[in-house]
Amino acid sequence: MSDFVNIAWAWYAGGITAAGLLFCVFILLVASKRKVMANDNTTGHVWDEDLRELNNPLPRWWMWLFVITVVFAAVYLALYPGLGTLPGSFKWSSTGQWQAEQDKAHAAMAPVYAKFSAMPAVDLAKDAQAMGIGERLFINNCAQCHGSDAHGSKGFPNLTDSDWLGGSGADYIEKTVTVGRIGMMPPMAAAVGSADDVKNLANYVLSLSGSAHNNLAAQLGKPKFAVCAACHGADGRGNQALGAPNLTDKVWLHGWGEAAVTAMVNQGKTNVMPKFEGRLSAEQIHVLAAYVWNLSQATAVAVR
Amino acid sequence: MAPLLPSPPIVAIEGDDAKVAVVSLYQKQQRIYPRAVSGLFATWRWSLVWLTQLLFYGLPWLQWNQRQAVLFDLGSRRFYIGPLLLYPQDLIYLTGILVISAYALFLFTAVAGRLWCGFACPQTVYTEIFMWVEKKIEGERIARMRLDASGWSLDKLWRKSAKQLVWIVLGLWTGFTFVGYFTPIHTLAAEAMSLEFGPWEWFWVLFYSLATYGNAGFMREQVCKYMCPYARFQSAMFDRDTLIIGYDSERGEPRGSRSRKAEPKTLGLGSCIDCNLCVQVCPTGIDIRQGLQYECIGCAACIDVCDSVMDKMNYPRGLVRYDTQNGLAQRLSPRQRLARIFRPRVLVYTAILGLIVLGFSISLALRHPFKVDVVRDRGALARQVDEGQVENVYRLQIMNATEQSQRYQIAVKGLAGISLAASPAIHLEPAQARWVTLAVRIPPETAQATAAGAHPIHFDIGLVSVDVSGKIISGATLSEKSTFVVPR
Repeated sequence: MSDFVNIAWAWYAGGITAAGLLFCVFILLVASKRKVMANDNTTGHVWDEDLRELNNPLPRWWMWLFVITVVFAAVYLALYPGLGTLPGSFKWSSTGQWQAEQDKAHAAMAPVYAKFSAMPAVDLAKDAQAMGIGERLFINNCAQCHGSDAHGSKGFPNLTDSDWLGGSGADYIEKTVTVGRIGMMPPMAAAVGSADDVKNLANYVLSLSGSAHNNLAAQLGKPKFAVCAACHGADGRGNQALGAPNLTDKVWLHGWGEAAVTAMVNQGKTNVMPKFEGRLSAEQIHVLAAYVWNLSQATAVAVR
Repeated sequence: MAPLLPSPPIVAIEGDDAKVAVVSLYQKQQRIYPRAVSGLFATWRWSLVWLTQLLFYGLPWLQWNQRQAVLFDLGSRRFYIGPLLLYPQDLIYLTGILVISAYALFLFTAVAGRLWCGFACPQTVYTEIFMWVEKKIEGERIARMRLDASGWSLDKLWRKSAKQLVWIVLGLWTGFTFVGYFTPIHTLAAEAMSLEFGPWEWFWVLFYSLATYGNAGFMREQVCKYMCPYARFQSAMFDRDTLIIGYDSERGEPRGSRSRKAEPKTLGLGSCIDCNLCVQVCPTGIDIRQGLQYECIGCAACIDVCDSVMDKMNYPRGLVRYDTQNGLAQRLSPRQRLARIFRPRVLVYTAILGLIVLGFSISLALRHPFKVDVVRDRGALARQVDEGQVENVYRLQIMNATEQSQRYQIAVKGLAGISLAASPAIHLEPAQARWVTLAVRIPPETAQATAAGAHPIHFDIGLVSVDVSGKIISGATLSEKSTFVVPR
């Protein structure tokens, strides 16, 4: 009854329910007898000159069905919530039922997850049942951003390659899923210099991976890379400890080409992977991490 | 034609009190003791009892390729009917069967009235079986009436208990058979031996048993009179050329008893000897001589019994017969009645029924051996990969609608240079359904030449089979539409 502020609404609804039940009984009693014309079994009503209403009584067992519904309603209201705010003697609630079903499902899955918790990712990857569970967890929780094939898209990392931003291995994945991760590139335009400097730097960054670039601009931009080297390293290979991506491969999480790199240097980026602690259990995350880790291995076992 | 009801004098509303009686609106039903009947139509009914019940009780026991021939596996959502394997997605076939049944019912009713009610309806069939048991144990109509009127004795006790026992066993067997269409009946039989049904199996076995026992043992004609919706709306399908069970009042009246030797005309009597047998055999307890009544289920028991009486009297048969209201009123010959079958209502019903049956059969014959649903990834609509190629991700649910394992090859079409990022080998076990994730890409040139937005594409999913020499032959192909999104 939390939808209504005033308790009077509970009395109002409960009153109508109770009065409705009593009214049903009252109607059954009142309508139990009727007058008919003794000689022809009609009610004596005549319409349109000769249309007469035949007395066609209800079978008595049908009346008992009505009585049963009234009795059923009374018993139901005593056992279950329904009469105002009365909880009923079973103390049933939809959240209680949900919790009971959850507990039952968890209890049923507990031995399975207990087995999986003790297994390292390498072994889980070979277990078809674990990978089946992992796939379903992935589709339900991760695919919305990383895609059903886990190849990601702009802003959402590809999970099937070996390019990891802040660490590597199943333990790193498990930790990232559990507590989430924030990737941050600060705006560096002021440190780099003029707009032309940024453009030149962008061309140099593109040249690191052999992507299409202006060679002259790249040569001019090379000295400016010192600003970036603090995190991305002098050779641009990145630093997992700092979460700085490798700039020498062709993985472009936030877009590819001069315009995208320029925008990144100018504006920076804060990218968030939410934490799944609380939404998924530690055991589920363990299996899920093994599944994701397995996706990035060259020989991923077929699911099912 | 006989009037619908005997015509009483019209009573004015403001009639005097002496004419008014107060009655209970909740009436205790008169128990009906139908007299057993034999004859042409009784034989027909019993043939249909045997036919429908052999089918109902026997079908779950039939096997087909190491499985139950007819099995509705609700747990795994697969429905096996003979060679057919149906998915919940095939609901249209169930709809088709229901529409065909409804139109067949309309057609039969328009032509010949309540054929279904009188001969094939489970309510009639089980009542017939239960009444046969009752007759075997308690005796004929008169014996049953005497037994019910008498006080409790050892004889009455054993007869009543024996009848109840047989009824309950029949009911339980029926409930068991019903559930046997949903749980493999051999499994169910093994469970029954040790009483280890699951909760829903218990519920449905007992519920269906109780319904059979109650409806066929006790409710009987009450179901037809008060509960059955078909009995209520069939009047919309009747017209004056519909075959009904009719009493030829012109020939029968005035009714009266007479000696077999006497010539009715000299006594001023019609053919009806007023033996009342037609009332005694009626399972709904009506008098057919009052004309067409909504309670009449068209079982033709009164025809059988009246014909036997006519034979004994050496009168021609057919005082009570299948005839139409027009036929009785206008004295139509059988040939004239037959001609009236071809009236617009019947022709329209036949045409619609024929079309639906045709469509249903064609659809079933051309049914694909597999099904595919294409679901786009909705979180990320599109992505750029490898310097300018655009990729979209799709999940295809492929369902094997046969009981052989299948292999598929998938192609995608609709945009220049569109292709699958990888072509996985897809193999499905019999009756298996599986999700397959596919990335589809277009080359940079197409991406630049194509306007941003969604473009129609389609997946061609082909069945691949390998012949004895190992050569790949392609089979049925399904084309499923989807869209490809090119980002801005």
